[in-house]
Amino acid sequence: MAQLKSSAELEAFREAILNKKGTERPCITICSGTGCRAYASETVSTAFEEEIKKQGLEDTVDVKTTGCHGFCEKGPLVVILPGEICYVQVKPTDVVQIISQTIVESKIVDHLLYTDPVTGEKAVHESEIPFYKNQARLVFGNNSKIDPTNIDDYIVLGGYSALSKALFKMAPEEIIKEVKNSGLRGRGGGGFPTGRKWEECRYAPRDIKYVIVNADEGDPGAYMDRSLLEGNPHSVLEGLIIGAYAIGSHVGYIYVREEYPLAVENVFIAINQAEEYGFLGKDILGSGFDFTIKVHRGAGAFVSGESSALMTALEGRVGEPRPKYIHTVISGIWDKPSTLNNVETWANVPLIINNGADWYASIGTESSKGTKIFSLVGKVNNTGLVEVPMGTSLRDIIYNIGGGIPEGKKFKAVQTGGPSGGCIPESLIDSPVDFDELSALGSMMGSGGMIVMDEDTCMVDTARYFLDFLADESCGKCTPCREGIDQMLTILTHITEGEGQDGDIELLEEIAEVTRDASLCALGQTAANPVLSTIRYFRDEYEAHITEKRCPAGVCKALISYYIQPDKCKACLICLKNCPSGAITGGKKQIHVIDQGKCIKCGICFDVCPKRFSAVEKISGRPVPLPPPIEARTIRERKPRRKH
Amino acid sequence: MVSQIDPVAIDTIIDRYQGEEGILIQVLLDVQHEYNWLPQEALKRISDRLGIAFSEVYRVASFYKAMSLTPRGYHLIRVCLGTACHVRGAPRILDKVERAINIKAGETTQDMKFSLERVNCLGCCALGPVMVVDGEAHGNLVPAKVEEILNEYY
Repeated sequence: MAQLKSSAELEAFREAILNKKGTERPCITICSGTGCRAYASETVSTAFEEEIKKQGLEDTVDVKTTGCHGFCEKGPLVVILPGEICYVQVKPTDVVQIISQTIVESKIVDHLLYTDPVTGEKAVHESEIPFYKNQARLVFGNNSKIDPTNIDDYIVLGGYSALSKALFKMAPEEIIKEVKNSGLRGRGGGGFPTGRKWEECRYAPRDIKYVIVNADEGDPGAYMDRSLLEGNPHSVLEGLIIGAYAIGSHVGYIYVREEYPLAVENVFIAINQAEEYGFLGKDILGSGFDFTIKVHRGAGAFVSGESSALMTALEGRVGEPRPKYIHTVISGIWDKPSTLNNVETWANVPLIINNGADWYASIGTESSKGTKIFSLVGKVNNTGLVEVPMGTSLRDIIYNIGGGIPEGKKFKAVQTGGPSGGCIPESLIDSPVDFDELSALGSMMGSGGMIVMDEDTCMVDTARYFLDFLADESCGKCTPCREGIDQMLTILTHITEGEGQDGDIELLEEIAEVTRDASLCALGQTAANPVLSTIRYFRDEYEAHITEKRCPAGVCKALISYYIQPDKCKACLICLKNCPSGAITGGKKQIHVIDQGKCIKCGICFDVCPKRFSAVEKISGRPVPLPPPIEARTIRERKPRRKH
Repeated sequence: MVSQIDPVAIDTIIDRYQGEEGILIQVLLDVQHEYNWLPQEALKRISDRLGIAFSEVYRVASFYKAMSLTPRGYHLIRVCLGTACHVRGAPRILDKVERAINIKAGETTQDMKFSLERVNCLGCCALGPVMVVDGEAHGNLVPAKVEEILNEYY
């Protein structure tokens, strides 16, 4: 491939691939994001390739492994283009049938279609599935159409046209103005206006400037950046190159977590291809603009996702934050002006350049523009990545897209914003989701994790969980964060262990406020959120733990006991055989009994007791009833009536 | 502990980054991949070659989670304790694994067979709670299934 040397050459090349391709030829796309790979989607891809070879169909049908489609709940996903016939939970054994029926005979394989659990209706096309139907997939949508290792796929869909427009039709100042007017705010957590950041960096008084992609996605339960980088790396590169041109930077960095091997691999491939085509390197598209990208792998430290810490990590040092009275846009990596945005933010840029600031600003709310990708996970039916306009209500996301709570359980709270966020209760579920609304509720947008919790989730334990995470990840440089988090964790642990005291809640509030006000970086400043938001909305649960020594959700080990209800036990021996500590006595026709002294409260008996018996009960806040006396433990079955 | 560190292999890794700045973390990650841990001799060699004080190399190596200063076991078990897995019962999975192989998270069994790590999100939340052994994901776990899975690796 010769380098493309002008805007016209890029357009001619795009035309050429479009003509060569032909749109009528069927293409089987198989989701190969990390989620589907965990469901063994690779064996499905291989099965398709082998079957197509076997049937001699290589020239009539294409197979494409794509990035994450987002509907992880139903993986592996297979979509057949151009008709967008969508098959869910496809196994290698289904492949022969798909080829012989759908590809050869144009028939639908009924049992592989998505079935609505409520109405029982089947959906043939991806767009008819409620999970997809209620989304606006502006940034994430192309993932399912692109083989991330093939730049041509991106170009066919209009890829790099925004770059060409920016380089040849816009002055750097105009680009910055456009991004400012679009209202785009950072998708990584802070929500800082992107255009302002760019502007400050452009006018910072140094010659050398850097642009950085923060792909050190660390919030547990959030994986949209990973999926974008894995599935559509060129959209991020294109945004970055445009940003670099606007700011006047010639070197960019992508800092990507080492734990994301597929993202690392695909980014390297994408960079090589972009260089080969002339989108990176010297004299990009013949414009005279030079820009190169280096990839650094992050070695696993949550705090290094903070902008100043990430920049120190890029320098090869311990990734600790520094005070930011001098902004990183003035003095960042190696004391040079540096603009850092996260993956999703960069991927929004080509859209803004192509469609204009007015179009972008027409989506979303007054203060938050555009769409946002959320990872909807936890106790929700349709786990997956969801992209909606800013301002969509939590209820729409959780119920219309997410399909509600599994097993008919009751919704309790939704946690947003990662470890720095908070829990929002059911009474506020109609709140619109944008940067400011979430902050007003005591939570935050963060990078877009959305963890649904049901009645079986203990909110005190949840707060303890996040503080445990933060205690582990605090770098220890500043005292308020290091000590504040540690002390809050100690108190929370005591409460969950049944050793809470009067005054603990007030003490937690006091420490939380000091930690928030006095910490050096966002990790400590927001560490109070999980504590304060759970106290604000679920104070009764804290009180139950402290005064009644009761865990209402039945989660905190020290406050629960397992008990076999004698009238329900059918002496099936299952729990007895599975008990790892030999705490269950009984036998054939002998009601089983848990020896509370030996029980380690692992809950296995509760899990394995057949649903139709449901004999094992969790008890909290009251004494465990005494087991029936030995002589009363024999189960007398009624003799079946004899037939005459 | 005696280890076989080939200084040439370390040098080869360092030479890949010739002329670039800020490469210490990248070099350490590559050495970690090569040996599955970071032996002291390797750190010394890196310190000499890069002209960075040994204390600084050690500080970086001990700060990041992906780097291990002790040898790791033959099989690596990672139990996800991300939020989604947590609300779906991941702590009970970790408990069960710890009891099954008789070590705590962060440790390695004496026979060097297994290392156990807790991780904070593997990005496959639909499968939660999930445990990954040598890169292979085992999802929708219940504690009762843990032993059966681990037995496959003995």
